[in-house]
Amino acid sequence: MLANKAQNFNKRHYIDWWLVSFILILIGYGLFVLYSAGGWGLVKKQMIRLALGFVVMLMLAQLKPEKLAGITPWLYVITIILLVSVYFFGYESKGAKRWLQLGIRFQPSELAKLTIPLILAWYFRFRVLPPDFKSIISCLVLLLIPVVLIQNQPDLGTSILVAVSGLFVLFLAGISWKYIFGGIISVAALAPIAWSFILKDYQKRRVLTFLNPESDTLGSSWNIIQSKIAIGSGGLIGKGWQNGTQTQLDFLPEHSTDFILSVLSEEFGLVGVMILLAIYLAIIFRGLLIAFRAKDTFNRLFAGALSLTFFLYLFINAGMISGLLPVVGVPLPLVSYGGTSIITLMASFGMIMSVHNHRKLLKS
Amino acid sequence: MRQNYRQIKNPKAETRVFNSRIFASVIIVSIALMIIFSRFFYLQVIKHKELLQSSEKNRIRTTSLSPARGFIYDRNGVLLVDNIPTYRLHVIPEKSGNLKEKLYEMQSLVNLTDNEIDDILEKEKQNPPFKPIIVKAKLSEDELSNYVSRKHMFPAFTATPYLIRHYRYTDLIAHLVGYVGRINENDVENLDNKRYQGTEYTGKQGLEKSLEDRLHGQPGQLTIETNARGRVLRTIKEELPVSGEDIQLTIDIRLQQAAFNALGDMTGSIIVANPNNGEILAMVSKPGFDPNDFVNGISQKKYSLLLNSIENPLFNRSIKGGYEPGSTIKPYMALAGLYYGIITPDFKMLSTGYFQLPNQPRKYHDWMKGGHGWVGIEESIAQSVNTFYYSLAPKIGIDRIHSFLANFNFGKTANIELNGENSGLLPSREWKKETKGMIWFPGETVITGIGQGFLLNTPIQLTNALAILANKGKSVQLHLVKNSTFQKKEFELNIDEKYWEIVHKGMIATIHDPKGSAHAIANKNYLIAGKSGTSQVYGKSEEEIYVRDTDIPKHLRNHALFIAFAPADKPEIVVVVVAEHGASGSKVAAPIAGEVIEQYLLKIKPQGVVDAGE
Repeated sequence: MLANKAQNFNKRHYIDWWLVSFILILIGYGLFVLYSAGGWGLVKKQMIRLALGFVVMLMLAQLKPEKLAGITPWLYVITIILLVSVYFFGYESKGAKRWLQLGIRFQPSELAKLTIPLILAWYFRFRVLPPDFKSIISCLVLLLIPVVLIQNQPDLGTSILVAVSGLFVLFLAGISWKYIFGGIISVAALAPIAWSFILKDYQKRRVLTFLNPESDTLGSSWNIIQSKIAIGSGGLIGKGWQNGTQTQLDFLPEHSTDFILSVLSEEFGLVGVMILLAIYLAIIFRGLLIAFRAKDTFNRLFAGALSLTFFLYLFINAGMISGLLPVVGVPLPLVSYGGTSIITLMASFGMIMSVHNHRKLLKS
Repeated sequence: MRQNYRQIKNPKAETRVFNSRIFASVIIVSIALMIIFSRFFYLQVIKHKELLQSSEKNRIRTTSLSPARGFIYDRNGVLLVDNIPTYRLHVIPEKSGNLKEKLYEMQSLVNLTDNEIDDILEKEKQNPPFKPIIVKAKLSEDELSNYVSRKHMFPAFTATPYLIRHYRYTDLIAHLVGYVGRINENDVENLDNKRYQGTEYTGKQGLEKSLEDRLHGQPGQLTIETNARGRVLRTIKEELPVSGEDIQLTIDIRLQQAAFNALGDMTGSIIVANPNNGEILAMVSKPGFDPNDFVNGISQKKYSLLLNSIENPLFNRSIKGGYEPGSTIKPYMALAGLYYGIITPDFKMLSTGYFQLPNQPRKYHDWMKGGHGWVGIEESIAQSVNTFYYSLAPKIGIDRIHSFLANFNFGKTANIELNGENSGLLPSREWKKETKGMIWFPGETVITGIGQGFLLNTPIQLTNALAILANKGKSVQLHLVKNSTFQKKEFELNIDEKYWEIVHKGMIATIHDPKGSAHAIANKNYLIAGKSGTSQVYGKSEEEIYVRDTDIPKHLRNHALFIAFAPADKPEIVVVVVAEHGASGSKVAAPIAGEVIEQYLLKIKPQGVVDAGE
């Protein structure tokens, strides 16, 4: 009886309970850590944001994928227009122009995180796969316009996420390994050029800091050194909830936002980190499974690409706070405090869910 | 082309490719997660210990608590040196914007000269910008309140309280107590790093330096937890410092003052000691200086004034000044003559005004034209008969003179608690050969007989010898600190009692016989035994020997010496006076010694220790 009711609910309201459960576990774990790092005030605000994101997710889950495909070109055009407006009318803060003041402060590059995988998946929707050279070039043009605009703001973290999320679509579309390795090699070869012409001074400094963190302990590398100390001092089981001295005594900077994984590592140790990684792995594999089961090219590509992008967040954040990667300002997805990224991520899960839930309908 | 392209679209092949890419993704994600896991494993397991230490180092600060330096008291408990709280003003250059401008603004609140500002700006160039620079080491009360009222205008400046060493008697005992100064690079090498953490000052001169170990004390430690901004959250451990030991000197500050005053405006040295126990009751070196000037670093201008002064105020004459003993050597010579059997107690000789060595033309003149007539040993001391000793000295011979005087610690340091004592010079044949490469001439023995030639003594050596003479052969270890911990070197000379008596009688006659050279200071209340002396500043030629001293420019006049002990029958004090350029031992130095003895025996001693003056 009860099971029946639930099934009916599921049929009427398209919800993937697996994904929802994993996300709720992650959110709960994250709030627990955030309480230690920032206190009840931040947790309250974060909960409001998460609730809002949850609503967005559930709403998007109801949207039929073909309808999404229909509005995708418009979404892309709007994204580009907004990014260009940022360039001209953007709100500047701390030397970066990333926001539009539209009643609330809004960051168009967040929208790009969704529209780029969508537009590329849309582009391949009716094309023959694996893509040939011409369509790869077209894709790269579609991809590079927003990426260049975002890097110009400047925002290295988001531009990397957006660029790579597009490349994930190409990868899933079956682009030849020849192109993949060729691309990797040419990126490596072009890196020095990128260094001179594309990266801003502060971004170069971050890269240099990454390469030699001990060079200046009180300057730009302070963050990363303190983060490594926080992680390492946590040991296997951590110093205990709210007992992390690096966090509680403010040695660890940005501990509610970018460096929240350092807080978790300090207070819950390697065990806590493993639990977190397991939750993420569950979410990502569930997302990939949904993409795997989808029958439609558009659905497959954007669901797979969004799942992989979610993983990319985790990889870059964990890498940067542990000193494996330069600090590029990518939050720990769904755990770091604040930012529009929560809404964007929830929206992407909503779209992934809609692929799952409308699978049978598409079949028939 | 477009046609073909539509036709080739093959959903099955596409699904196969897509599925293989999903599997590839799973593998890539798994590898990437393994990389992350390994990184965290590396940091949290392998590097755990090291990073845990770093995190402890972050939050735990250990500061050394500097111990309060011990006080210095005189023998009666009068406070001579202590520490007083004061404020210093410093500035952190990187916080101040235009430092020069701010310093000129500061001039309206605090007494700062343009020179001092230049010095600060010079330091700014040499120091890292976050290191505080001292603007003014000692703020007066007015300056402090001026600064505090306008504090908000000078955010880079801070006034911090600290204890500053305070010398209550300045030039009176400057050389004796010395001074502390800021620890510099040289000191850092010599000091125990652990004991001096957090300490800014160390003894540089005088007793402050030689008693550093006792005065300094043991530092404490404060272990605190701080946050990243350095704010103190709680105290983890507090170990209080142990203050330095208070030192009591043998000096009686009243006698020190009396001796200082007795010297008037002359430069020189006075030492008063108790021959019974070796306690030094007064030790004056004049002129003095203000040790307080040195505590926070003396200004270049003041320092060069002190350094370039012809009176050399930084020089501790009492232990470093080398003076010819002059006629003060005569009692010892007489004793040597008796000891070696060259003269007998009833020996008499005819003083004719000069002495000549056999077969030599040079005449050694007496100070009295025509001589003193027939004189015995006592008269020879009381009237300071040069010819008596001219003829006696060659008979004893330089070798025996050397070894006899060495018994009285001539040519040796007195080993009191001050560093840098001059050992003086007690010449011998070997010494002359070694240093001058020449043989000893008989004429040099003749003038050694009246304390001239190569002999050089510091006032403390004269005191050391005089104590043995007053004690009839018993030496005492001179010292400045009560309950001194250092080893005493004492001995007793084996010389016939009646020889001592004769010499003492001669020294008493110097004062109490109407013909005695220092009869002017005779006093009915007690007996004084003494001997005057003149220390040559430059050798007079034979023609100048009777030129009156007052006709010579002051800085070329001879130094006036007087040695005395009193009461002569039961000595309580020995006194050595060196009045530089005083010309006459009997006319200038003797009255000074008389004044010091009178002050002690008639005023200070009867007062006892009751009136400590504070």
